[in-house]
Amino acid sequence: MKSFKGRTVVPGRIAAEALVSHQGLNTLASFQKALQFGDKEATCGDQNNPDLYGKKMVGKALCLPQTIGSTTGGLVLYCACSMGRQPACMLFSKPIDSLAAAGAILADVWLDDVRMPVVDSLGDEFLDYVKDGMDIIIQEDGTVLVG
Amino acid sequence: MESLEYKMKLTDEQRAILDGSKGETLAKVMESLVRYGELFGATEMVPISSKYNHLVTSFGLKALGPVYELMDKLLEAGAPSGQKFSVDPKPLDKNVPSSFAQDVVFKVFMYSRQKDYEAQLRDLGLLSDNAFTCTCYMDEVGNKPGFGEVLSWSESSAVVYANSVLGARCNRNSGIIDLMGSVIGYVPKFGLLTDEGRKADWIIEVNTTKKPEAQLLGSAIGMKVMEDVPYVKGLDKWLGNELDDEACTYLKDFGAATASNGAVGLYHIDGLTPEAVKEGEALIKPDAKTYVIDDAELERVYREYPIIWKDKDAQPKLCFMGCPHMSLQQLKDWTDKVEEGLKKSGAEKVSIPTVFTAAPDVLEAFERTPYADRLRATGVITSYICPLMYMNNPLSEKMPVITSSNKLRTYTSARYYTDDEILEQITAPGNGGGKSVKKAAAEPVKKILASEPAKKIIEGTARGIKEKMKDARSKSDPVFRKKGGW
Repeated sequence: MKSFKGRTVVPGRIAAEALVSHQGLNTLASFQKALQFGDKEATCGDQNNPDLYGKKMVGKALCLPQTIGSTTGGLVLYCACSMGRQPACMLFSKPIDSLAAAGAILADVWLDDVRMPVVDSLGDEFLDYVKDGMDIIIQEDGTVLVG
Repeated sequence: MESLEYKMKLTDEQRAILDGSKGETLAKVMESLVRYGELFGATEMVPISSKYNHLVTSFGLKALGPVYELMDKLLEAGAPSGQKFSVDPKPLDKNVPSSFAQDVVFKVFMYSRQKDYEAQLRDLGLLSDNAFTCTCYMDEVGNKPGFGEVLSWSESSAVVYANSVLGARCNRNSGIIDLMGSVIGYVPKFGLLTDEGRKADWIIEVNTTKKPEAQLLGSAIGMKVMEDVPYVKGLDKWLGNELDDEACTYLKDFGAATASNGAVGLYHIDGLTPEAVKEGEALIKPDAKTYVIDDAELERVYREYPIIWKDKDAQPKLCFMGCPHMSLQQLKDWTDKVEEGLKKSGAEKVSIPTVFTAAPDVLEAFERTPYADRLRATGVITSYICPLMYMNNPLSEKMPVITSSNKLRTYTSARYYTDDEILEQITAPGNGGGKSVKKAAAEPVKKILASEPAKKIIEGTARGIKEKMKDARSKSDPVFRKKGGW
């Protein structure tokens, strides 16, 4: 497996299957329908994101550059976590943006039984290498194994 | 409580709150803000100095239940906002055309918690019942921070305006984080709160042969620089060197496009915005990149917008103007434009149902002018609604809606046109039809009902009802008897 080292935003060890967005994830557009209409698999509803549109996000290792869009982004991510509709983890190639950071931290601080490990600053090479369906293992120190 | 270790320098008071001196809820609020700040290299928490806050979450969306529960926790802990606040626009307004099916989705599936949430906002510190707008900085609304004031705002279009046009200092905060800042009275100092974070990463050279469309220029810059700070040269040629009403309106729309098409939180306009006037090119970082924008570049950006309507040639059924909300002067100018357009085309009223949105206080001021009756006579509707919230309805999403808002284009299926193109379409005779919103929104419902799986469900439900009635008759079901039977 190829190893990438990033910065731990929310610590945790987890293994999951990769789901990759090469463009910024619009959090509101991606999660709103799933949260609204009871889609437990959190099918991505963002028509402007060809990488993710129509794909199930729950339980996946979501690999992305950063999140974009409305400043509701953080609270939408927090709600996804609270309702059990979150990815298994989020892996950012760039330094995390303020909206995703808010969502990840709020979930970690305020929700007792939810843990969504988050690693950022994994580099462009990470996003070039990782493909949908690859196995991902995250370690507590921010090391991400892809294979 | 266990004392948590952070790199950030905290005052004794902040450390005590973090350690639980004011209870577990406030400790968590402080922890959230400290951890949030540390990720971005914040070295300290600084006091908020603006009079009012502005929040993004204005809608009682069923899906956001956990957010309202969290806000309840704050209220239960006796920790409302330390500042009064304005908040983004309301998601519903009966003045805006919608079908019966849309209304059902709005009220039952989407904004079913609106009334409760508005009560919660009042408990938390809502400025007034009129304080629902994304343009809280309008004079009529009165939430207008001063130069250098530190804010805990969210709403990307308001943040970029406050930073750039007013010279206030605010990061692009998420919902909830915005409120937590004013609960605790401090925000982490990083990014756009620092002098270094306000330096420009990009030089934008505007070389167009005419005044560029605000929403198009903002979009081009946003998509190029993303979250960086641009220093724009050549725009003062078109806007002048005074932040008058016309320039501020232009920058409102320009900034919203930079913030939604990218993630810009601050821009400088050479010779016009306060920091650019004060510091000039000293604001530009030595290694800044350059992006040249001419007519061809704007045309390229415009042509590359994806059109996500199923039928790309569909007749528009609704037009939204005012995302972000229009200014008073904008409403007046557009009244003149629509009247002139109708006169030119020979039509009496707009041919596409058209909604101009503005802050409740701005609309009240507009109603006090003679323009209000004139605009009404053209058939244009005014509303305080959030067009984005309207378009988030899956049935609205399937309607062909047009707009000159690049923010609305980015987040929804609405199709972007320039101001002139919008004017031409809405004032053209016989384009679309005044009552077509209900029909347009009903079309997807009809399609769903006509599908095979839906037919089976309907048939099954009808069969079930018949059987239940038969069963009730045979058993003399007391409920059936009470209702009088068939």
